[in-house]
Amino acid sequence: MPRQRLYPLEDLEDIPGTKVFTARRSRQGYYLHKFCMSLMQAENREQFKKDERAYLDKFAMTDDQKQGVLERDFNKLIELGGNMYFLVKIASTDGWSAQKAVGSMTGMSPEEYAAMMLEGGRSPEGLRSIREGN
Amino acid sequence: MARISAGIATSHVPAIGAAIDLGKTQDDYWAPVFQGYEFVRKWIKGNTPDVVILAYNDHASALMLDIVPTFAIGFADTFQSADEGWGRRPVPLVHNHIDLAAHVAEQLVIDEFDITIINEMDVDHGLTVPLSLMFGQAEEWPCKVIPLAVNVTQFPTPSGERCWKLGEAIRNAVKTFPEDLDVQVWGTGGMSHQLQGTRAGLINKEFDNKFLDLLAHEPEELATWTRLKYLREAGTEGIELIMWLIMRASLGYGVEELHRFYRVPASNTAVGHVVYRAKS
Repeated sequence: MPRQRLYPLEDLEDIPGTKVFTARRSRQGYYLHKFCMSLMQAENREQFKKDERAYLDKFAMTDDQKQGVLERDFNKLIELGGNMYFLVKIASTDGWSAQKAVGSMTGMSPEEYAAMMLEGGRSPEGLRSIREGN
Repeated sequence: MARISAGIATSHVPAIGAAIDLGKTQDDYWAPVFQGYEFVRKWIKGNTPDVVILAYNDHASALMLDIVPTFAIGFADTFQSADEGWGRRPVPLVHNHIDLAAHVAEQLVIDEFDITIINEMDVDHGLTVPLSLMFGQAEEWPCKVIPLAVNVTQFPTPSGERCWKLGEAIRNAVKTFPEDLDVQVWGTGGMSHQLQGTRAGLINKEFDNKFLDLLAHEPEELATWTRLKYLREAGTEGIELIMWLIMRASLGYGVEELHRFYRVPASNTAVGHVVYRAKS
């Protein structure tokens, strides 16, 4: 007998403001991620900075994904299969801190986000489950 | 015979590595974080192991794009620090202990952990930041390191229970290695943090402190916590904490908690750190 799941898989979609990075999403983001990992070489970072669009066109990404990179819209890129551990390489290439990149997804200014973190971060209260509202 | 004498856990936030590399550890922002590591910096001078088995996750530096191993053991002679987009961290080469790594890999497979063996890879901040935190800006790392990479990024990750059992299997493997070696197991990552979406910046002090309380003396309860619980309570990246269970299980039943530290924030993350001495 297979072991029972401890919770329904749909529950992974029940966390507010959160996309759990599954194998399926990883497939959707594969070429986006291939681009991100290419930024681990200095010469590729230079090429990208010189002409972002031309550099992106070397990868089999969707136009939406390319647009998301050009706009540095990390929420959009996560919608399109991205995962932050890959995407943060774009931010590093730009000389952004991880905090600035992460904060950019929250609708807060970098200063507001940094202040929230210094005050102890975002409370989980009300953000655990969409269904339960807790 | 080899034995596991102690375990260390710590967060491995990349900004901590940058603070060390750029000489910012005494800045107002960073000084309270680094104070939490003063104990271990002194302690480890008198308790330097021969080998550290270091459980960490690769942050899409060497793994995760083409190959996503659930558990993988580094099998190169040496490992270089990865360029994660801002150049390689200026840290020493990591030297493996091939004989112990080979023994552990073989024993793990006998013990039904079908572990992946990686003959070439770079290691990222997940592995190098803990080394810097314990040993500072060393010319050479003072011990050998066996990288143990765990997938905590792509679902399904292993469960906490599975990590617990892996720690037990590592304990048994080390105990049967014939050479007289002092081994430590380190668990890294966490504590609560989320790096995506509108919930980014999540910190759950209550959850983190409960985890720290249980880890020392009632760790079996932690092995029952589900992946979903970590995601909901500790954030999507907070699930890295399952790697601390590998460390704790490898120490056996009883431990002496020599040091505990908790601090918010470092960048986006709650920093946690413990040092345990094995009793048996």
